[in-house]
Amino acid sequence: MNKGAIIFGATSSIGKALCDQLAAEGYDLFLAGRDRDDLDIMATDLFIRHNIKVVTAKFDADKPQELPKFVHNSIAHLEDCSIAMLCLGSLGKQEDGETRFEEAAVTINRNFTAAAAILMETANAFIEKKSGTIVALSSVAGDRGRQSNYIYGAAKGGLNVYLQGLRNRLASHNVHVITVKPGFIDTAMTYGLPGMFMVAEPRAVAKSIIEAINRRRNIVYVPWFWKWIMLAIKLIPEGLFKKLRL
Amino acid sequence: MPGCKKEKITGWGRFPVSLCETYRPEKISDLTELSSQNGAVTARGSGRSYGDAALCSESALIKFERLNRFRSFDVETGILTTEAGTTLQEILQFCVPGGWFLPVTPGTRYCTVGGCFACDVHGKNHHTDGSFSHHVHQIELLTADNNLITCSREENSDIFCATAGGMGLTGLILSVTLQLVPIETAFIVQHSQRVSGLDHSMEILKKTENENNCSVAWIDCLAKGKDLGRGIVYLGNSAKRMDLSPGQARNPLFLPRPKYYTIPFSCPGWLLNRASIRAFNSLYYKRHPEGEQVKKIIDYNKFYYPLDTLHHWNRMYGRKGFVQYQCVFPDETSKDGLREILECTSAAGAGSFLGVLKRFGALGDGMLSFPMPGFTLALDFAVTKKILPFLDQLDKVVMKWGGRVYLAKDARLSAETFRAMHPNVEEWLAIKKQVDPNNHFTSALGRRLGLS
Repeated sequence: MNKGAIIFGATSSIGKALCDQLAAEGYDLFLAGRDRDDLDIMATDLFIRHNIKVVTAKFDADKPQELPKFVHNSIAHLEDCSIAMLCLGSLGKQEDGETRFEEAAVTINRNFTAAAAILMETANAFIEKKSGTIVALSSVAGDRGRQSNYIYGAAKGGLNVYLQGLRNRLASHNVHVITVKPGFIDTAMTYGLPGMFMVAEPRAVAKSIIEAINRRRNIVYVPWFWKWIMLAIKLIPEGLFKKLRL
Repeated sequence: MPGCKKEKITGWGRFPVSLCETYRPEKISDLTELSSQNGAVTARGSGRSYGDAALCSESALIKFERLNRFRSFDVETGILTTEAGTTLQEILQFCVPGGWFLPVTPGTRYCTVGGCFACDVHGKNHHTDGSFSHHVHQIELLTADNNLITCSREENSDIFCATAGGMGLTGLILSVTLQLVPIETAFIVQHSQRVSGLDHSMEILKKTENENNCSVAWIDCLAKGKDLGRGIVYLGNSAKRMDLSPGQARNPLFLPRPKYYTIPFSCPGWLLNRASIRAFNSLYYKRHPEGEQVKKIIDYNKFYYPLDTLHHWNRMYGRKGFVQYQCVFPDETSKDGLREILECTSAAGAGSFLGVLKRFGALGDGMLSFPMPGFTLALDFAVTKKILPFLDQLDKVVMKWGGRVYLAKDARLSAETFRAMHPNVEEWLAIKKQVDPNNHFTSALGRRLGLS
């Protein structure tokens, strides 16, 4: 029997790269995502390349109250689910969110509320099994609020704290929680964004994440140098920081 | 809708340069949305065509690099269906360990299957196996009215033939169903031989065409007089198990990872000049033993893709880039045509490392495809002020002897010349008008040649 992994947000750029890595390591996969057709195409591709079992299911991150039940059923579907990955994320439009609350709410819901719903149910399922690894993709944007993307950043910052607490709670249940903070990654979400530098390939990021799982890391920046960039940014005194245009 | 990036785009030759609005969809739904919501679109694979086939400053440029999923594979028959952005490299990594190989491959494995079909590329085995499209069972095409249609020799056959070699101007190729061929080993038995001149090369290529699946000749294009067209002929056949050394035979379908080198930045323009190229060509020629054929068992990467180990080799030609000129002459006029091309090149001193001579076999189904029975020659030229008028002069030679020029390499041919060279342009335009009357699918090349 193969080990199993479930990926929420499987059709995102990093989700795709992660699925490929996990499949190469012999995991059977449960792919959950928004685009039905794309999920099926991915499943076929993963089966042909890696000869693993793949199941797909569609879900809607904009309806968080439906998510716990969805997660419960999905995890039950895999024979031995040992990894759960959360690759949801939506940058939203900062300027729109500054004047229209519905816009801000969508960003907050997709990046935080939906994640909290999925994490709750996943955590409980893994507690029951007394094992498992939960990996959630956050963002370096959650480390410090900046005027250019603080709505997205606040949701990711909230997620960081949620994950910290969850890690604390699950440590005694032999369930491990990894917070992944990606810097600039060359994804569909960031393609064409201005001001990007030292952009990393999703495949390289996926490799680092798999390594973080194997080494049971708690919080990882990908690529690694973002740890030091964010440290420098966090050290700027607030009095000065508020006057910067970041 | 997927994000848009404005960036400077070139083909592999790095000439011309064009500021393009680019998109990079990762889902089929994004692709159909992009195609339906934009005025005009241009498809781009890996950007391995040399000139301006996959760029356009007045359209939405759609990069296919992340649409690279395998759709189906039949282990019994070796029929693979895969998305257009899949590179040959990915296919090889997947199929070689299972004992399958590409039926036709160009000199790089970094190009995409969509690009291979759109350019109807050929390999060293054209004289026995035809061009790429010959081994394609069917394609999925997204048309101007945003319908997804299947094209094959049975269904929508006219569109299939117009799309094979149609340079992406009939629609967006979404997937390609390709017939792979069985192999016993990942190695090639190669015979090479030094040849003293053009006639000799052609004679060997012609004489051996029935015994050898692959053949190609490297030509020293700076040699003059009696040495004109001297070079080295390489002949190859897929190796059987019994051909291998005990070490190779232990794992006949497995190759160690090749070593890669990278040219880190554009070399200064003066690096490749008459003297340095002449010295290189002489050295390369004389390094090969005289007389007898030399037999070697080499892996497929070394045989088919020698330049792929040198990443960014296009930077050797300097910042202004280079143009590759590839033409073909029919059998009857090949000797005269090639001689005149080589004489012009040699006289102008406009030589290149890469002079490649190949034999072509029968015509394929692609309406605008390049190959025809005869001989083809490819030459690289660094872009200088003098080179473009010089290439116009070569066009005249090609027309005079009834030949034509390869669009996948082209960056400068005129619409009139192309029409005069290719007999099927009118027929192709009739189908283009029928499937894409408003020229939704376009490219800088298409516009330059009056095709879109």
